[in-house]
Amino acid sequence: MSFAFNARNAAAALLVAGLLLLPLYSSLSGNVFVLTLFTRIVIFALAAVSLNLIMGYGGMMSFGHAAYLGIGGYAVGILAFEGIGSGFIQWPVALLASALYALVIGALSLRTRGVYFIMITLAFAQMAYYVASSLARYGGDDGLTIYKRSNFAGLINLSSRVPFYYLCLACLFGGIYLIWRIVNSRFGLVVQGLRSNEARMQAIGFPATRYRLVCFVIAGTMCGLAGALLANNTDFVSPAAMYWTRSGDLMVMVILGGMGTLFGPVIGAIAYLVLEDVLSRCTEYWALIMGPLLLLIVLFGRGGIMGLLGRRGDG
Amino acid sequence: MAEPLLGVENLVRRFGGITATDNLSLEVAKGELHAIIGPNGAGKTTLISQLTGQLSPDSGTIRFAGRDVTRLPAWRRSALGLARSFQITSLLPDFTAADNVALAAQAHDGHSFYFWGNARKEKHLREAAHAALGRVGLGHRADTVVSKLSHGEQRELELAVALATGPQLLLLDEPMAGLGVAESARMVQLLQELRREFTIVLVEHDMEAVFALADRISVLVYGRVIACGAPDAIRANDEVKRAYLGEQHAVVGHGR
Repeated sequence: MSFAFNARNAAAALLVAGLLLLPLYSSLSGNVFVLTLFTRIVIFALAAVSLNLIMGYGGMMSFGHAAYLGIGGYAVGILAFEGIGSGFIQWPVALLASALYALVIGALSLRTRGVYFIMITLAFAQMAYYVASSLARYGGDDGLTIYKRSNFAGLINLSSRVPFYYLCLACLFGGIYLIWRIVNSRFGLVVQGLRSNEARMQAIGFPATRYRLVCFVIAGTMCGLAGALLANNTDFVSPAAMYWTRSGDLMVMVILGGMGTLFGPVIGAIAYLVLEDVLSRCTEYWALIMGPLLLLIVLFGRGGIMGLLGRRGDG
Repeated sequence: MAEPLLGVENLVRRFGGITATDNLSLEVAKGELHAIIGPNGAGKTTLISQLTGQLSPDSGTIRFAGRDVTRLPAWRRSALGLARSFQITSLLPDFTAADNVALAAQAHDGHSFYFWGNARKEKHLREAAHAALGRVGLGHRADTVVSKLSHGEQRELELAVALATGPQLLLLDEPMAGLGVAESARMVQLLQELRREFTIVLVEHDMEAVFALADRISVLVYGRVIACGAPDAIRANDEVKRAYLGEQHAVVGHGR
């Protein structure tokens, strides 16, 4: 694969370097807050990257992706609450639970297309939200405080800021690498072909639904990992993590950054969350500025921020 | 007589009050080029779509290569060797020509649950793609994105995609639609070559091409086969003449 020098690849390289060096900047400048903010951003970027796999590459407009944030989070929270603190148990359970949820929801939702698919994924996520709200033992509406972060037997201390940041970053880069491999693989070509023209793909011999379903499960599992990270980051998990507005946030991040590009969702997550942070400190009516701003980017920058950076590249 | 490669029996498909396919029976022998002609709205594309599985019939049976395929989904029929080209070009517009054809080859090369290796570097798939592109005269356009190809080139690509699935039977739905004179001539020549290797069902409006190519012709009117036979017999058939002239008459009559 040749990495041509263009605006997109330059942006991606800059992004990777910036994220890697951020803790250094944070400690040199004494600005701890920026590291806290970016830990959160990196986690949401992972969620957005996973959503992009089905939305951008697969053409499946899932409006319920935040459900996995909650499922991954609750897996960690509930196990911690019940006295199982080991990350080696918590995290696999988080991934498995997310995969299972994706399998069931996907098998049902993928019978539909277009608006119906959007609505049904939304409905299932809301169902998950209400189920979590009714878990009285685990805090119900108020959520569940996690008193001890996942324990990895001394391998890595999640309570320590910098290592935790790098763990999140490693998960993000790992996720992006995985998606890069998938997108160029046989499987990835089939999924993108289905986005492009389903009837044609069926006519040349591909059973559409099973490929879509596997893609849906991969994305859900990856987002479940983001959920486990998020719960550890906030020491808290609540039904709000899977509320539909959260799913909407993730969609906006993907669209804002550029659907169907590797680094677009990361840029989208950074832009969205930094903007939210900056604007909310200026005025309590920050949404009033944020809304039109997003609208403008989506309207005039077809393909999001990545689209503004120029035509297709490897980034 | 040996069992035909494709056998259609008493096929019926209705859309509301309209019977688009009306108790239709048809046989296509191995190795023949069977043309289906008929006035607009005769149900030609509806028939093709039922043969390939995009539409399911209300009743009747379709047998292909000795199997009842009436209820099989499109992708399964493709696996059995049934390939189609679409009347309205239906390709993957954001993929290159080579990708389009390579995917067709990939569909018939085991399952595609491989997540790691780069599919565009799989030699045998690329070679199959380039071979099929070469056959239809698109070798030099392999790396062009489909949306940048001319209409004529897209028609040719449709054919290359069908060829790459390793078909036993090609169902070609108006491959000449929208082509210029020179492009049409090239397509006819291409079909002359392909007929030696494949059994072909050809739906086409270009009568000159049909009569030059076909071994047998079925004439479809209002979802029924009103005549089936060699080109000469069809040309001489009174009912066919009436159907074509009659339709013209009707059009003039209703058109105020």
